[in-house]
Amino acid sequence: MNLANILTVYGKELRDMLRDRRTLISMIVVPTVVMPGLIALVVALMVKTTRDAAAAVPTVMLLGGEDSPVVTAALRAHGGLLVMPEKPDWSAQISEKRLRAAIKIPSDFDAVIARGESASVQIYHYAGELRSGNAERELRRFLDGHRDKIVAARLAERGLTPAAIRPFEVVAKNVAPAEKVGGNLIGGIIPYMFLLLAFVGAMYPAMDLSAGEKERGTMETILCSSVARLDLVLGKFLTILTVSLGTVACSLVSMGLTLAIGGPLLAHKISGGGGVAARRGAEQITAMTTLDPLGLLGVLGLVLPMAVLFSAGLFTLSLLARNFKEAQSYVSPLTIVIILPAVIGMLPGVELNARLALVPVLNVSLAGKELVSGAWPWGHLALIFGSSCVYAALAVALAVRTFNRESVLFRA
Amino acid sequence: MIEARALTKTFRDKKRGEIRAVDGVSFRVEPGQIYGLLGANGAGKTTTLRVLATLLQPTAGGATVAGFDIARDAQEVRRRVGFLATSTALYGRLTARETLQYFGRLNGLADAEIAARTQRLAAELDMHEFLDRRCDKFSTGMKQKTSIARTLIHDPAVMIFDEPTLGLDIMAARTIVRFVRECRARGKTVIYSTHIMSEVEKLCDRVGIIHGGRLLAEGTLPELRARYGQQDLEEIFVAAVGPPPPLAP
Ligand SMILES: Nc1ncnc2c1ncn2[C@@H]1O[C@H](COP(=O)(O)OP(=O)(O)O)[C@@H](O)[C@H]1O
Ligand SMILES: [Mg+2]
Repeated sequence: MNLANILTVYGKELRDMLRDRRTLISMIVVPTVVMPGLIALVVALMVKTTRDAAAAVPTVMLLGGEDSPVVTAALRAHGGLLVMPEKPDWSAQISEKRLRAAIKIPSDFDAVIARGESASVQIYHYAGELRSGNAERELRRFLDGHRDKIVAARLAERGLTPAAIRPFEVVAKNVAPAEKVGGNLIGGIIPYMFLLLAFVGAMYPAMDLSAGEKERGTMETILCSSVARLDLVLGKFLTILTVSLGTVACSLVSMGLTLAIGGPLLAHKISGGGGVAARRGAEQITAMTTLDPLGLLGVLGLVLPMAVLFSAGLFTLSLLARNFKEAQSYVSPLTIVIILPAVIGMLPGVELNARLALVPVLNVSLAGKELVSGAWPWGHLALIFGSSCVYAALAVALAVRTFNRESVLFRA
Repeated sequence: MIEARALTKTFRDKKRGEIRAVDGVSFRVEPGQIYGLLGANGAGKTTTLRVLATLLQPTAGGATVAGFDIARDAQEVRRRVGFLATSTALYGRLTARETLQYFGRLNGLADAEIAARTQRLAAELDMHEFLDRRCDKFSTGMKQKTSIARTLIHDPAVMIFDEPTLGLDIMAARTIVRFVRECRARGKTVIYSTHIMSEVEKLCDRVGIIHGGRLLAEGTLPELRARYGQQDLEEIFVAAVGPPPPLAP
């Protein structure tokens, strides 16, 4: 191994690559477009769904209650609901999502209450459906308020205050940092994007510096110089790694700018609408666009050995091809192998454990979720980093071996 | 000096099985001599030259090139060899000057030495006007000159040419032929493969006729003429190789 020669090869290949428009597109343009685009898409989607659901006044149907004018009048007077008169197909309407929910007031309800007895009110809803859930919540709010009034009246009759039956209040407050909430929403995607871009960034140079060179006839030219094959393969590998990490760096900058500029802008715009829903939306945006910078650094630390693995792996694979096109047909199916574990990692409920920490790509994707939300599972992180380094070293060794096989370099 | 001793190279091919591309080839080339390797397509010329240039490892036999064994001291051999083939292309995104610098450095030259040699080669080959332009914009002639300069940057003692005029027009081919003679004049050991009889007659001090991986006849042109009783090299070639297979009906 000759360091000077490795650096000579590295310097030349890097210059060569950077003069190639396609490298620049894959290294700079793709991440600067993909990152903000992706973040904007995710945020916009979440904002739209929560906003739509919150903004619409739910339609509910009143079933029965003809003999109870007190409660029905109060329901109709409640602002947050649009009350429809009873129709026989109410159940089907809820199932088909044309109606959000229905409320059934039992007969003689007002009279039963007046007698100081107890009655049961039914709410019919579409379980799990967001807008039906909103309607149900609003109905409960109304009923809770109505009940409180009745209770207060009954207590007053007996000369008591509401405190008699409610000696203390329970208040739940969120103490998790804003990042934690953000980490759960968008944090699952960000670390994975770095991983994906490290892969995508390595793809073009890996194919160009192997199969591309064979196709153009420069491989033979360089092999007949006195440089050792080991130096040559290491110089080429370092070039691929540099472009891969350059892609990650570009995406990091692009993401930082998107969040720093876009986040507050969006939050401001949404909270400008006024109202509870708007304020909640704005809070959510702020949470989503707040990531723990230290955690992000940790993610990059995990992406580093993965970039080595990708660079060496893609280089080895492309070496087997005779030309660029053939290399593409080898490499393209591999994107599925990268995307699949990451998708699994983003599913809710899939949590990091010692066994999953050894599965490349999936492990970083899972750990990334934790890291950007400010949690540091050190044991698992060590396992992930260690195993990734082992895989990376094996991949580099494989690349060197493959490059020394003459049946690969001179395929008939 | 080049000395090949029973050089053999076999390839394993999925469809064709074992291919003996080079089969027990022995010859010797002295400094200041041009050795012509004459053979048809698939005769084994490229494989022989690639083994001599240490791009491929011999399956059996061996060779000494510029005083070093091709198997044991491959890197020392490459340091002393200039290899020019139809298949050795230039890096399109580098300029001619950068190309020379890259190959100079890889062959262990200091930058000052590279700069001096670049100046000299550019003057000899009339390259000054395109020295700082990118190779992918070059005409065939400019590419050829740059390739020649590339093989000469480290002033190798041995030059290996593998069908260097293939696909070139007459003028470009003449440049190559002139350059090969020039190498001999400077006392380099030259081996030159071709399937063109006239090139051998014009250039070579000794000829080896290769066919099916085997060296079937060898000697100076007068020696071969005397041995086969023919003046014309083509007749000698046919006599050595045997008649071509009959045309399919
Ligand atoms: N890398 C290789 N793998 C398999 N067979 C090869 C390889 N290189 C050359 N051959 C075969 O070896 C024989 C000699 O080829 P070659 O040396 O290229 O001949 P020439 O240069 O005289 O045309 C041919 O049959 C060719 O198909
Ligand atoms: Mg050939």
